[in-house]
Amino acid sequence: MPATLFEKIWKAHSIRRLPNGQEQLFIGLHLIHEVTTPQAFDMLHARGLGVAMPERTIATVDHIVPTLDQRRPFLDVMAEDMLSALERNCRAHGIRLLNIDSGQQGIVHVIGPELGLTQPGMTIACGDSHTSTHGAFGAVAFGIGTSQVRDVLASQCLAMEPLKVRRISVQGRLGRGIYAKDVILEIIRRLGVKGGAGYAYEYAGDAVARMSMDERMTICNMSIEGGARVGYVNPDETTFAYLRGRPFAPQGDAFERATAWWASMASDAGASYDDEVVLKAGEIRPTVTWGINPGQSVAVDEALPANADPEALTFMGFRAGQRVQGTKIDVAFVGSCTNARLSDLREAARVIRGQHVARHVKALVVPGSQAVRAAAEREGLDRVFLDAGFEWRSAGCSMCLAMNPDRLDGREICASSSNRNFKGRQGSPTGRTLLMSPAMVAAAAVAGEVVDVREFAPAEVTVGR
Amino acid sequence: MAVERVREIRGSGLPLRGDDIDTDRIIPARFLKAITFEGLQDHLFEDDRAQAPGHPVSNPTYAGARVMLVQSNFGCGSSREHAPQAINRRGIRAVVGQSFSEIFFGNSVALGMPCPTVSRETTDALITFAEQDPSGEIVVDLSAMKVTAGGRAFDLTLPAAAREAFLDGTWDATGLLLDDYDDVRRVAAALPYVATSW
Repeated sequence: MPATLFEKIWKAHSIRRLPNGQEQLFIGLHLIHEVTTPQAFDMLHARGLGVAMPERTIATVDHIVPTLDQRRPFLDVMAEDMLSALERNCRAHGIRLLNIDSGQQGIVHVIGPELGLTQPGMTIACGDSHTSTHGAFGAVAFGIGTSQVRDVLASQCLAMEPLKVRRISVQGRLGRGIYAKDVILEIIRRLGVKGGAGYAYEYAGDAVARMSMDERMTICNMSIEGGARVGYVNPDETTFAYLRGRPFAPQGDAFERATAWWASMASDAGASYDDEVVLKAGEIRPTVTWGINPGQSVAVDEALPANADPEALTFMGFRAGQRVQGTKIDVAFVGSCTNARLSDLREAARVIRGQHVARHVKALVVPGSQAVRAAAEREGLDRVFLDAGFEWRSAGCSMCLAMNPDRLDGREICASSSNRNFKGRQGSPTGRTLLMSPAMVAAAAVAGEVVDVREFAPAEVTVGR
Repeated sequence: MAVERVREIRGSGLPLRGDDIDTDRIIPARFLKAITFEGLQDHLFEDDRAQAPGHPVSNPTYAGARVMLVQSNFGCGSSREHAPQAINRRGIRAVVGQSFSEIFFGNSVALGMPCPTVSRETTDALITFAEQDPSGEIVVDLSAMKVTAGGRAFDLTLPAAAREAFLDGTWDATGLLLDDYDDVRRVAAALPYVATSW
């Protein structure tokens, strides 16, 4: 019987039905980081348990790392404590830690793919809601809490309930200057921030098929912002080409054999879905959030809805009927697991090359990983940003969630390529976040206000794909 | 682990109005910078409370509450277990609302703190009840699947597996997952990427 990728992966990883009716699911790859694991290891130790499969567990440090001065010990004692705890736990249990001095450190959802750890057909869990990112490779990947991290450490399994599958087809060509970020913001706006509850999102359609892996990762990354714990794209030639030669991917003949299995895990043509949604790519415009959740967005040249949520309007200082375009910004942030890969930095650099950040704006670029940073420097992107007045930082989560020195101050407004515009998300309880694509952030940094990147740099935006 | 059955939660309510309340609001990220969950309850809704002096979590009238009453899509956003931990450590033993984010719901199950859902009308009725009678008793009964407040009973909804886990005392999954571990090894060995059979 034809099946979806979700159903195939679920079936291949299911151990048994538990007495309470949940299913025990094997986890192929467990990614861990410093924030959601110390308590999990403590619980494990308190019960006298070990780590079942340390070889299927990989650690890095990302949330708390300072992006300016990374010398140890960190100036922030609590941050140092957290990394020390991770180092201690990884050493005690034989878990590979991609640490600050490894050259492979970075945001967990950036390094998994770039090292080839993330592969089609896998189940992947991590104590971070943006684990959905890895679904771009045709994996079933989801965020978990700390008690569940304990469970995966102890057993390499989780107790779960299966999800329904909604296929979201993006059909036709994206317009000039429209990025993957605009597509996912539009999907969330259309289906709502809780529309995905109970579902895995399968992103399909010719527009998604033409996307690079970086773009697919941006889309899958924000599935959780639409309430879907899992988002994925079926693996195809683009996926396989990306993985070929990556350090943790199968090598040589093994790669060819792996490809055959990976391809077999893709959704079958006749698979049935619990729900289907179609979006016309040509209707999507550069999208910017105006509110306090990622579903509260408008096209940059569109008026805020007349019935806009009053709490959000008050917090953000907007009025119903006004446009976000022209909003003066204080900070511009290019970074995060959503949009800090090499192609994101390239797109941002293209639209500001030879120009300068507005005098009143603090602008920073935080590469998603040490490898992204090094690759960008080989292309001279660091010079483009530095010459334009951006700060060029070391890899980490930085201002996406401000568990490190990078944060907003007071009611500052930030044009941000990250994923959440929740109240206080960027470190100031009253700080304000406008989510948008990296190209839009870069344009806003130079203009000093929110602009339409298609008008700001008509020759430098992406050509419709 | 000792089996702890969760059948009935009885106590006063903590009413919290608002849809889409995310875990960054429940516990701001700066309080995640610690290697234990201790003391998180002191920072529950810290930034919301600072901006809204009348916030129910700051109100001493609700200090002894055991049942939190919320609205739609509660606990969305970040997967941080720190959010249900902070709520639980504040003395709350059940959260009743119109809907919950899946990750928040799962994290709460792992703490033995049920999050049953009710209709929009019922959340309104329960929140109004707790606002008007802060010491009024609310009873969440997972056997009967009813929540009772002020002499009125309303239907609760909870996925069958989660309900069983609470009633049987199997909500702490670690032990279950380690039973008959040879089955896990067998399933793993059949996966080409684990067996590296390519």
